[in-house]
Amino acid sequence: MTTAPADQFALRLHKVSKAFGGVQALNQVDFEVRAGEVHCLAGENGCGKSTLIKVVTGVHQPEKAELIELFGEAVGQISPVLARQLGVSVIWQDLALFPHMTVAENIAFDDMVGLRPRSVKYREMITRSGDVLARLGVQMDLSAPLNDLPIAQRQVVAIARALMNDAKLIFMDEPTASLTQSETDRLLDIVRKLSADGVAIVFVSHRLAEVLDIAERVTVVRDGNLVGVYPTEGMTQARLGELMTGHLIENAVVARDLPDAPVVFEAEGLARHGEFSDVSLKIRAGEVLGLTGLIGAGRTELAHVMMGMRSADSGHMLLNGAAYAPSHIRSAIKQGMAYVSEDRLSLGLLQKQSIADNTVISVLHKLTTATGLISYTRKADLVRHWIRELGVKIGAPEDAISTLSGGNQQKVVLAKWLATEPKLLILDSPTVGVDVGARAGIFRIVRALADEGLAILLISDEVTEVMFHSDRILHMADGRIVQEYDPRTITVPQLEERIYA
Amino acid sequence: MTYLRRLTSGPKGENAGLFLILAVLILGFSIASPRFLTGANLGSMGFQMPLLGLLTLAMLAPILSGGLNLAIVYTANICGLTLAWTIMHFGGADAGIFAFVLGCVAAVIVGALAGAMMGAVIAYVGAHPILVSLAMMIFLRGLGEFLTRGRDISGFPDYMRVLGHGSLMAVPIPLILFGLVAFAWHILLRRTPHGFSTYMTGSNMQAAQYAGLNAKRTLVLIYALSGVLCAIAGILMAARFNSVRVGHGEAMLLITVLACFLGGIDPFGGHGRVVPVILALIILQVLSSGLNLIGANQHLATAVWGLFLIAVMVLRSDQSRQLILLFSRKDT
Repeated sequence: MTTAPADQFALRLHKVSKAFGGVQALNQVDFEVRAGEVHCLAGENGCGKSTLIKVVTGVHQPEKAELIELFGEAVGQISPVLARQLGVSVIWQDLALFPHMTVAENIAFDDMVGLRPRSVKYREMITRSGDVLARLGVQMDLSAPLNDLPIAQRQVVAIARALMNDAKLIFMDEPTASLTQSETDRLLDIVRKLSADGVAIVFVSHRLAEVLDIAERVTVVRDGNLVGVYPTEGMTQARLGELMTGHLIENAVVARDLPDAPVVFEAEGLARHGEFSDVSLKIRAGEVLGLTGLIGAGRTELAHVMMGMRSADSGHMLLNGAAYAPSHIRSAIKQGMAYVSEDRLSLGLLQKQSIADNTVISVLHKLTTATGLISYTRKADLVRHWIRELGVKIGAPEDAISTLSGGNQQKVVLAKWLATEPKLLILDSPTVGVDVGARAGIFRIVRALADEGLAILLISDEVTEVMFHSDRILHMADGRIVQEYDPRTITVPQLEERIYA
Repeated sequence: MTYLRRLTSGPKGENAGLFLILAVLILGFSIASPRFLTGANLGSMGFQMPLLGLLTLAMLAPILSGGLNLAIVYTANICGLTLAWTIMHFGGADAGIFAFVLGCVAAVIVGALAGAMMGAVIAYVGAHPILVSLAMMIFLRGLGEFLTRGRDISGFPDYMRVLGHGSLMAVPIPLILFGLVAFAWHILLRRTPHGFSTYMTGSNMQAAQYAGLNAKRTLVLIYALSGVLCAIAGILMAARFNSVRVGHGEAMLLITVLACFLGGIDPFGGHGRVVPVILALIILQVLSSGLNLIGANQHLATAVWGLFLIAVMVLRSDQSRQLILLFSRKDT
């Protein structure tokens, strides 16, 4: 453990414990953040990360704590108000901003309302929020309503809002989850600038590459216990993944040649105005074809055309050798296509509905008896079969799907599509919001499906993902497929350079 | 046995709570008034409830699909008018049974069309269900008042009285009709692919479409079926009042919405069952009949309904639910 003088720490927690019911969320965890440091808090979903953040911000009171110290000052008990006064801020993944208010109003919000009611001084608000943005080196239309901005800029607004409160310790929960690579780079620049300014940043992210890039030290938590604090220098993604999950995550190229396998899907000269053009590709049975490129390259749009959700302007598609031109998604599904959407929360699953209903939603015709009524026995059998087959961890099938972790939710999405017995499975960014251990589980399933002969199109903007899980890689940029790579003859850095160049 | 358990436990003990409220009310009223538990009172309750019940079921399905149907009462009126005109055309009080059947068929078609029109606009134009059904309600009211000049149409054949006032083995015929319709509604929503699709569409229309459900057709169909129920309600109304007038039953519109929420229907769609809604209807009926028997003013009964609903919302809040769970843990 480091022995820097106390005044150099933004935060020191010693032996903090917190239990919920019978679950020990934190078990004698130490956590220290130095002033001005970029620190990463790493661990799988449910490991106690959020609980730790909530203890620091006074949302949860720990049962036991040997020491809680903020900015060199021992604090007996933290309340949310005290945490804010001392300069602790959290930017949750959903940002907690006000979509209908302007940028300036959002940044200055805490100053305008709350404990000190007074009339709003708009001019002062504009200057002050402008100053804060200037400090971040960002230019933005202060009078634009927030919901006109892309998510990356809202993130910046949330940071500015924290700075407006003189935050000296900012927690960022999955800040890059929905950002493109270039947006992420800009965000990381801002984080570095803040750190140089003396603001300590605690970064929570599932993207290990990013964590190793930005943070100086990383604290790893597993099942409520502290695994250790490590400098990021010399740390590899594989090692960090191992620390987080407790077992080795193997990342090896698994590509193979399938020259004799029949072509399942073929597109030729596919184009849709303003989205993509001249896309030709072939996917063979048992093949995992990786499709990568920056967000906005036209990948999701291509998947939508393949699923019949939009129509192509020109070109044609073949499915199992026969002409394929679906008029809507239902006909695509009927012909053996399946699409795991990149937006699991609002499109991939019905979050408020049960695990069982989400599993059977696409195969209702298989559940009805001669009377046309849904058989509850058939439904239960089907659900039980797929839950077991994919190893989904659930309480009861009637529980809402939102009670599951991201990884288990994604497994239910897979179950839903596999139940339709598809010929081609399109996976669009299948690991968004899924933690390291669960990712490995999902890709094990994907590999097993490919071995059984299913054709799979894997769309992802994470280079390591397509690198280690596909047989061939297509690189898409500005709506065109620019190059095909063999994972066996290219390295991750080389591929990254081609994509982000 | 398991079916009975499902009926009494329901989702999250919802039905158990409603049964408890009902038991307390019945006990209270039978102590307060010796006439409460008599055949006459039960019979009159059995005649009064089905009309509100049918309209509530017509409201229930659109709410499950994530919308609302504010046009139910006027759809019922227009359907009643359709029946009345058909009967008048065939001789009024002397019209044969054929005229009545023809009129009913015409009424159901009119109801289904009015509903399907709303559903189509909601599904394919993407307009908000409140606005669409409000527009339909105003249109139907205006149309009805224009065609009738605001007057009653009355003088139906005697056999229609049987439908509105008759009994079969001491059970009021309107109640039997309501029971059949409610059972069909339950089966439709819980056991058919179309019902499943209604819940999913109400929960998240776009996600339902991504999963391959025909959400738009589901909406058209569910509003059309809601219109059919309105038509049945309209026919029953004509039989009970022996007359049809545009605006009959207007006050029931908001009560149907409240009965749905009292029955635990999610106001945002996607969750809810028929059985608790029927329990809620019985509770409302017991409240109003009971208060009437102990000599309370009718307007007071309406006020008590309102208070009662507020009390239910409070009891349903998360805090009190935790308390209830704490006490009911032993049986799980």
